[in-house]
Parts: sequence; C-alpha cells; structure tokens
Amino acid sequence: MIPGFGISLGFTIVYLGLIVLIPLAGLVLRSAGLGWSELYRIATDLRTVNAIWLSVWTAFIAAIINVPFGVLVAWVMVRYRFPGRRLLDAAVDLPFALPTAVAGIALTALYAPNGWVGAYLEEWGIKAAYTPLGIVIALTFIGLPFVVRTVQPLMEDIDKEVEEAAATLGAGRFQTVRRVILPSILPAVITGFALAFARAIGEYGSVVFIAGNIPYVSEIAPLLIIIRLEEYNYAGATTVATLMLMISFALLISINWIQAMTRRRYGNG
Amino acid sequence: MRIRATAVALAVALGLAAAPVAAKDIKLLNVSYDPTRELYKDYNAEFAKLWKAKTGDNVTVEQSHGGSGKQARAVIDGLAADVVTLALEGDVDEVAKGTKKIPANWVQALPNHSSPYTSTIVFLVRKGNPKHIKDWDDLIKPKLQVITPNPKTSGGARWNLLAAYAFAQKKYGSEEAAKDFVTKLYRNVPVLDTGARGSTTTFVQRGIGDVLLAWENEAFLAINELGPDKFEIVTPSLSILAEPSVAVVEGNAKLHGATAVAKAYLENLYTPASQKLIAEHYYRPAKPETVDPAILKRFGKLELVNIRDDFGGWSKAQPKFFGDGGIFDQIYKPGN
Repeated sequence: MIPGFGISLGFTIVYLGLIVLIPLAGLVLRSAGLGWSELYRIATDLRTVNAIWLSVWTAFIAAIINVPFGVLVAWVMVRYRFPGRRLLDAAVDLPFALPTAVAGIALTALYAPNGWVGAYLEEWGIKAAYTPLGIVIALTFIGLPFVVRTVQPLMEDIDKEVEEAAATLGAGRFQTVRRVILPSILPAVITGFALAFARAIGEYGSVVFIAGNIPYVSEIAPLLIIIRLEEYNYAGATTVATLMLMISFALLISINWIQAMTRRRYGNG
Repeated sequence: MRIRATAVALAVALGLAAAPVAAKDIKLLNVSYDPTRELYKDYNAEFAKLWKAKTGDNVTVEQSHGGSGKQARAVIDGLAADVVTLALEGDVDEVAKGTKKIPANWVQALPNHSSPYTSTIVFLVRKGNPKHIKDWDDLIKPKLQVITPNPKTSGGARWNLLAAYAFAQKKYGSEEAAKDFVTKLYRNVPVLDTGARGSTTTFVQRGIGDVLLAWENEAFLAINELGPDKFEIVTPSLSILAEPSVAVVEGNAKLHGATAVAKAYLENLYTPASQKLIAEHYYRPAKPETVDPAILKRFGKLELVNIRDDFGGWSKAQPKFFGDGGIFDQIYKPGN
C-alpha cells in the first residue's frame, strides 16, 4: 500500500462527514421524526408528486440538450484555434460564476413576451417565460459548463495519432468519430450529464424568476420546500427535501453504474 | 452659601466633563422586511440624533431586510435582532414562540397593536386605465391578467388575498361566494412571483398583466421611480388595513445591554415627527391626527377592514387561508 493511506483516508472521511454527511443526516433525522404514515402522506400528496416530477423531467431534458451542445462546444475549444477562443472559453464558466438569481432575471427579461427572444417566439405562438419551457431554458443555461468542463480535458488527451492510425487502417471520418473518439469521451459525457442533471434538479434561484410558480403547473420541488418553510412547516419541508435527496442519490448511483459498464466495455478510464 | 454654590458649579462642571467619557457606542440590530428599507434608513439617522441629544450615547442601528417570513426564521435560528419590524403579526408571534425572547403579550406593548404605521392594498394599473378597472369585481373578468406574488412565499401578499376575500364576503354575503371569488381571481394570475418586488418587476419591466395588487406604499414608490406617465393607482372601494408589527426582542436586547434604547427606538416611532416621516414614505401613520393634513391628502379614501375584527386575528386567518391545505391551496386543487 502507498504510504499515507491511513491519514488521507481519515481526512477524507472527516471532511466528507463534516461537509456532506452530517448536514444530510440531520435532514433525514428531522423528517424521520414524522413517522411513516405522515411521511407517506406528504410523499404521495399530488402537489409534492407534481413538483418533484416537474423538477426531474425539466432537469432531464435540460441535461440531454446539454450533451450534444456541450460536446460540440468542448470540441470547438479543443480542436480549433481562432481569435477570441480564450474569451469564449471563459464565457463557458459564466453560468458557474453568476449568481443564479441574476441568471434567472436576465433569462426572464430575454424570454418574456416583451423580451428580445420572447417577442420572436410569441409570433410563433410559443410561450417560453412563465411555463415549464422557461424552466428547461434556465436549467440548460446553468448545466452547460458541467458537460463542457468534464469532456474538455479528455478530448485534449486524445492524440491526433490515434485518429491518423484509424484513418490508415481504413476508417472513414464518421467511423473514426463513432468508433474511436466517442468511446474515449463517453464516460466523461455521462459524468457531465449526471452533474448537470443533479445540479438542475435542485436549482432554485434562477428558476423561480422564469417559471411562473403556479401550483401543479410550474411549481418546482425546491420552491415547494421554501413554501413549506414559510408555513413554518419544517417537517413538510424536510420531507420533500429528503425525497429529492433520495431521488438524486438513486440517479447518481445508477449513472455511476452505467459509467462503470461503459468503462468495462471500452476498457479505458 | 457661597461654598454650596461653588460645590454645585463644580459638580455640574465635573458632570459635563464626565459625560463624554461615559458616552457609549450602542449597536442595535433591526430585522425588518423588504419595503421598509428607505423608511428605516431615514428614521435611523433621526433616531441616532435624538438619542445622542438625550443621553449622549452614540447609537448605530443596523438594518437587515428580506422576506418577512425568512427574516422571522433567521431570528428564530439565532440572528441576534434587538428589534423586529415585520410585515405580519404572525411572523412576530412565531419569533415569540420559537425563541421565548419576546413576551407573549407583545402586541399590547406599544400603541395601536404595536403597528406604528399601516398600509393597505391598492391596484396599480397602466396609464389611462385601459381595462377600466375600478374595484375588486373587475379583476375576475375573463381574459384579465392580475399580477400578485405567491402568498405562500410572500408575507405581504397574504393581505392581497384577504382584501379580495373581505370584499367578496361583504358584497356577496357568504364564505362560499368569497371562496369562489378568490378562486376566479387567482385563475387570472399568470405568474406567482415569490416576493412583492418580483411581482412589481413582472408587471412593470416585463409588461405582463393588466393590474398589479400592491401595498399602497410600494405602488407610490413604483410611480415615483417610473414616472406618473406610465402607471396610475386605483383605490378600490374596500381594502384591508395591513398592519406591520414591531417588537423588542427583549432576550437579545438585554444580552446586549440595549433594552432601554431598543424600547425607545420603537416608542419614538409614534412621535409626531416620526409619524410625519412615515407618511412621507407613503405608509399610513398610526396617529394621523398628529400629521399635517396636506401630507395625508395623498392617501385615497376607502373602507378598511382589519384582521382582528373581520378575520379573527392572524392566529385564525393564517392556518385557514395559508396553511397546508388551506383556502389558497384549495384554489389550485386540480378539478376545482
């Protein structure tokens, strides 16, 4: 065993415990104090179900949209040299750095019926702001850097020689992409997808400005948590939070599993 | 005789000389809700001057603003407020219950049920009132869009729903009809922002909706900031007296040795000078008789119901209207 294992593992456990596990355990404990029947009632309440489902499906669509476009952005950043590339590269991180409320307000201004984009969409009869579509737009915005930043380093690692070798062995351009490049970045793409997805499920700040927040229609789960808190209903709030936690955890575990499968199949990572 | 006079003079001189040494620097934390920002900025400066003149001590009042419920929870969770000045009596009650640092009978501690200033709910419409909105029953017309915040997340917006409910109950005579009325009204709400300022933005900047239900003081501020050529205020026939509540968080003030100054800070809100300042910030003063009628002219005349006599107080109204499964939740129940 490499020396330092004990101390670094100890540190890892303490750190994870302090930062992640203890707060989450507190959350679970608080909702566990409710009793199963009450927990079940809140969890199956139509409003809770609607809100969680809305958060999950909008987050999923947004993450799916970010996969091809995020990979494309990463590809452009890695493979081409052009003026303003560094600037563009930095712009990718803006959704990370921007306070989410600022993003939400900016997007709403843009997509509202009197905004630049919203006015144009309105002519086509599409309402973006104050509908679930608006939620997807906000979540796509905040999710983009996750895909780009996880895929980019792997792309940089692919040697040109590998592609040239594929070409000399008779692979067409499309075959090279499909059989050589995609498999090597696939685990990163999945990780990027998972991060964007998980981040989007819990997103609150940017969404509340653009969503419209109508119960059963455009009320996301994090907003429902805030609403329960405003009712001084800590138990209700923690129950919804615990449900979201369980869903996110289940999703991350299954995505990790898929990733492990792809790694095994393509034998890298 | 002479000796005595000298002694007195000496004592006075000593006292004067000692005064600056004894001058204390006192910090006071006032935890308030959003739209009081401008009012308290001015009031704090006035109060610091007064307190300095009266006691020689320097008092700096720090302000914290946010949604009323969120602010109340912050104090419950340990924010060391010396005084709270919140939008709802219910929020102060929660702080009293949650911290035990405010006596249970705090409402009686100050005049006018501890509401030194009040406001009411009025309509802000686009210039010229193109949809001819005059009163509450115009708001349930089909195709009309009403902008109001989510009463679940915005304490201030709870008054909006109650005002509409009170109007309908008076006009149609039954609770059922009133429920039906507010249901129709909220069917006309396309966006439920989480706070009052968010709704103002939606109405003003995004151009959504025909009418904004707003606190009177907010409506005046919006017109001041955006120009009277764009919006106008419509005062309905009846509305609700919104009574923001103030209280000393005695447990915290005692700990900071600031009990006297915290009490004075709130009591001083009722003096004629403060009441004038309040009216100038578009809040309705609790003691209008002490204020120049020329300033009061800005407030439209209307019938005002209040939470105690018409809704049985916040402790009854809160669960009935805004609790889990309450009247607001029933509005959005599918199939309703």
